Amino acid sequence: MTLTIEDLQNIAKIERDRQEGTTYQINVCVAAGCLSCQSGLVKEAFDTEISRRGLENWCLVKGVGCLGLCAAGPLIQVQPQGTYYQGVTVNDVSEILDSLGGSPVARLECSQHQAFFQCQQKIVLENCGKIDPERIEDYIAEDGYLGLFTALRQMTPGEVIEQVTKSGLRGRGGAGFPTGLKWTAVSKAVNNTKFIVCNADEGDPGAFMDRSVLESDPHRVIEGMAIAGYAVGASHGFIYVRAEYPLAVKRVHTAIAQAERLGVLGNNIFNTRFEFNIEVRLGAGAFVCGEETALIASIEGRHGRPRPRPPFPAEFGLWGFPTLINNVETFANIAPIIRRGGEWFAGIGTEKSKGTKVFALAGRVNNTGLIEVPMGTRLRDIVFEIGGGIPGDKRFKAVQTGGPSGGCIPEEHLDMPVDYESLAAVGSIMGSGGMIIMDETSCMVDVAQFFMEFCMSESCGKCVPCRVGTTQIYHLLHKISGGQGKPSDIETLGELCDLLKNTSLCGLGQTAPNPVISTLKYFKDEYKAHIRDKNCPAGACRMQAPEEAL
Amino acid sequence: MKKPLRVDERSLRADVNPVRLLTFKIDDRDVSARADETILTVARQNGIKIPTLCHMEGLSEHGACRLCIVEVKGMSRLMPSCVTLPRQDMEVLTKSDRVLDYRRKILELIFSERNHVCSVCVTNGHCDLQALAVEMGMTHVRYDYIYPTHPIDATHPRFSVDHNRCVLCLRCVRVCDEIEGAHTWDVMNRGISSKVITDLNQPWGSSETCTGCGKCVQVCPTGALSEKGKSVAEMVKRRQFLPYLQMMRHRE
Repeated sequence: MTLTIEDLQNIAKIERDRQEGTTYQINVCVAAGCLSCQSGLVKEAFDTEISRRGLENWCLVKGVGCLGLCAAGPLIQVQPQGTYYQGVTVNDVSEILDSLGGSPVARLECSQHQAFFQCQQKIVLENCGKIDPERIEDYIAEDGYLGLFTALRQMTPGEVIEQVTKSGLRGRGGAGFPTGLKWTAVSKAVNNTKFIVCNADEGDPGAFMDRSVLESDPHRVIEGMAIAGYAVGASHGFIYVRAEYPLAVKRVHTAIAQAERLGVLGNNIFNTRFEFNIEVRLGAGAFVCGEETALIASIEGRHGRPRPRPPFPAEFGLWGFPTLINNVETFANIAPIIRRGGEWFAGIGTEKSKGTKVFALAGRVNNTGLIEVPMGTRLRDIVFEIGGGIPGDKRFKAVQTGGPSGGCIPEEHLDMPVDYESLAAVGSIMGSGGMIIMDETSCMVDVAQFFMEFCMSESCGKCVPCRVGTTQIYHLLHKISGGQGKPSDIETLGELCDLLKNTSLCGLGQTAPNPVISTLKYFKDEYKAHIRDKNCPAGACRMQAPEEAL
Repeated sequence: MKKPLRVDERSLRADVNPVRLLTFKIDDRDVSARADETILTVARQNGIKIPTLCHMEGLSEHGACRLCIVEVKGMSRLMPSCVTLPRQDMEVLTKSDRVLDYRRKILELIFSERNHVCSVCVTNGHCDLQALAVEMGMTHVRYDYIYPTHPIDATHPRFSVDHNRCVLCLRCVRVCDEIEGAHTWDVMNRGISSKVITDLNQPWGSSETCTGCGKCVQVCPTGALSEKGKSVAEMVKRRQFLPYLQMMRHRE
C-alpha cells in the first residue's frame, strides 16, 4: 500500500476536524525547557480536570513544541484567542479553565502583543508551539509532506536543486556554504550509493536551536532529508544527534516510526520508484564530531577525529561514498522552499543572506528563549526589542555569537544587520545561532577563558596547533585572569591565535581563537587592567595574592 | 577479500585521476607530477627539503604535525604538503618567511607539550625531533613548558614506552595497524590528554595482540619507544624494513 495525495488530504481533513471540533484548545509547551519546570504535570492536570468536568468535547489539551519564550516557562497558549500564560503551575489549572469564555487570568497573562512575539518571522519554527510533535497527523494538517509529494511527483531532481539554489539558502550550521551548490556537487558525483546526513550534534554552549526544532517539529527535518535524498540520488539518511538530547532522540525515533508506518519513508514513496530510509546515530559527547569529517568517522564507528579536506564529503564521505551533510535547520527550511518556491524564500533577508535565522537567546537578557528573525535584522533590535533588554538596570556590554568559534560584538557594532558577511566583518561568525548576551558584570577575559577551556577540552588532539595551542592560550588567559599576567602575554596571545587560525587541521582549531581575538580587539583595556593594575573592572575574576602564585 | 574503504589510503582519492600529469612550481622551480602525488612527494623528488614529523614513507598520511605546511599563492590558509595534491600551474612556496615562522612556532609548541630532555634521552643524537630543532635553528622555546606528569611503561620484556617523549605523531599506531596488522596501539582521550595506549590501556607487557615485532619502536621519531638495555644516546632507529616491505608487497 502506498500513500496517495488523497490519503494525505484525508488525514489532514480528519485532523483539522478533530481540532476544530472543540471550542477551545490549550497548547502546553512540552519541549525540554518547559518540561524541566514541570509543564508535564501541568498538562496532566489539565487532562484530569477536563475529564473530571466532562469537557472533552469543548476543550482540547495538546502538548506542543517550543513556544519560544523559555524564560517565562512553563508556557501555555489558549486558542483561538492566542492568549499566553506564563509560569503556569498545577494550582492554576482550574482558574484558567474557569476563565475560558470570559476574560483571561490577568495574574498569569503574558502579552502576545509584546515585541518578542510581534517582531519575529517564522519559517523554520512555523509549527513550533502549534503542533503536537508526537503526532504525524498534526504535521500533515499543517501541509506536512506536501513538499515531498510535490518534489517526487511534479519535479525532477534537477528542478528541486534549482529551487534550492534559487532560494539562496545557505548552510545554517555556521559556515554559510550555499546549500544549492552543495546539493549540486553531491548530485553530480558518479556513484549508485550516496548518503544524506543530518548534523544534529549541536554542542555550542548556550545554543539550543537544533534541539528545539527536533523536539518541536521532527517531521519537518525528515521531510527535508527525504527531499534532499530525491534531489541528489540517495536512498539512505542518518540523523546524527547528540545523546545529551534524550527528548529530541525519542521524538525523532517516534517520528521516523510514524513516517514509516504511513509510507512517507520506505519504498515506493507516493507511488514512485524513490525509496528513502533514515537511521538515528547518537553522538557520544564529543564537540568535534559536529565537524563533518569527524562526524563521518563517528558514524562509521571510528574515533571521532577530523581528517584533512579535500576530498570533501560530497565526493568521499561515509564509507567512501558521496555524502550530503546539512544542519538540522537547513533541512527544516527545505519543505517550505519546495512548497512555496525558491523565489519566495529569496525575497526574505538581505542580498547575500536569504531567509530567516533561528537564534537561541541566552545570558543577561530578559527574554531568554528561541527566536526566528529575517536575515538582516539589526542586532540591537534582537537584544533590546525581542530580547527585552538587560535585566536589573545593568549596562549592555557585548553579545557573543557563534559559540566557541564566534566572537564578542561590542555595543558600537550593535546597529549592524545580522547576516553572514556582517558578522564575519566584525570578527565573529553566524555559527549555528547561539547568542549569549553579556552585561557590565561579565569580564571579557573570563569569557575568553571560558571558551578557550571549552575548546581545549574538546580539541580532538590530532593536530599540534590545536592540541597544544589551545592549552597554551588557556594557560595564558588563566594567568591573566588570576592577576599573574605579564605585559608581553598579550603579544604571545595574539601570535598563538594567529598560528591556530592559519595552521590547524579543522574548523574547530581554525576558529577556536575567535573569542580571544575579538575580545583582544574590542576590550584590550580589560586585559591591560588585569595585567597592569591586577584588577578586574567587572569584578568577576578573583585576583590571586602574590604569595598564592608560584 | 577486499579491504573496507579507508579514508587515509592515498590511492582512494576519488577526485583525482592518477593517469593525469601536470606541471606546477615549487619555490619558483618548474616541476612535474602525477595527479595523485602529494606536494611533499614531488618536492622531495626534486631535492626540495620540507620538514616533516608525522609523515613516514611507507605509512598512510596523518596530516597532523603541521610542520610540512607550505604557502600556496592565492590561498590565505597554509596547506599541509603531505596531504595536499598539486594542481596545474599552482605556485607553492616552501620557504617563505611566513611558513618558516609558523613552522618554528609549531615546533616550539611540540617541545613545550611534554618533557623532552635531550641530555638524558636514549635517542639523543638520533632523534627526529631534535634534528628538526637543529635544522630550524631553534635555540629556545618561547612558550611556557606544560610539564605534564607521565608514567613510563616498562612491562614489555624487550621494549619500553616513555610518554614524556611522545609527540603523538601516531607512526606507531599506523605501522602496527597497516604493516604488522596487529593494531595493538591506539589513542585514548582527546586534546591535550591524548595518549597512545596498547590494547585497551593495559600494560604493554600483558598485551595479547602485540607480536613483539618492534616495528613501532623503530619508526618512533623520538625516545618515546625504545629498546631496553640502551642507555643515553644509544638507541639508533633502524627503519630499513619499511621500504623493503613496501617493495615486496608491491611486487606481489
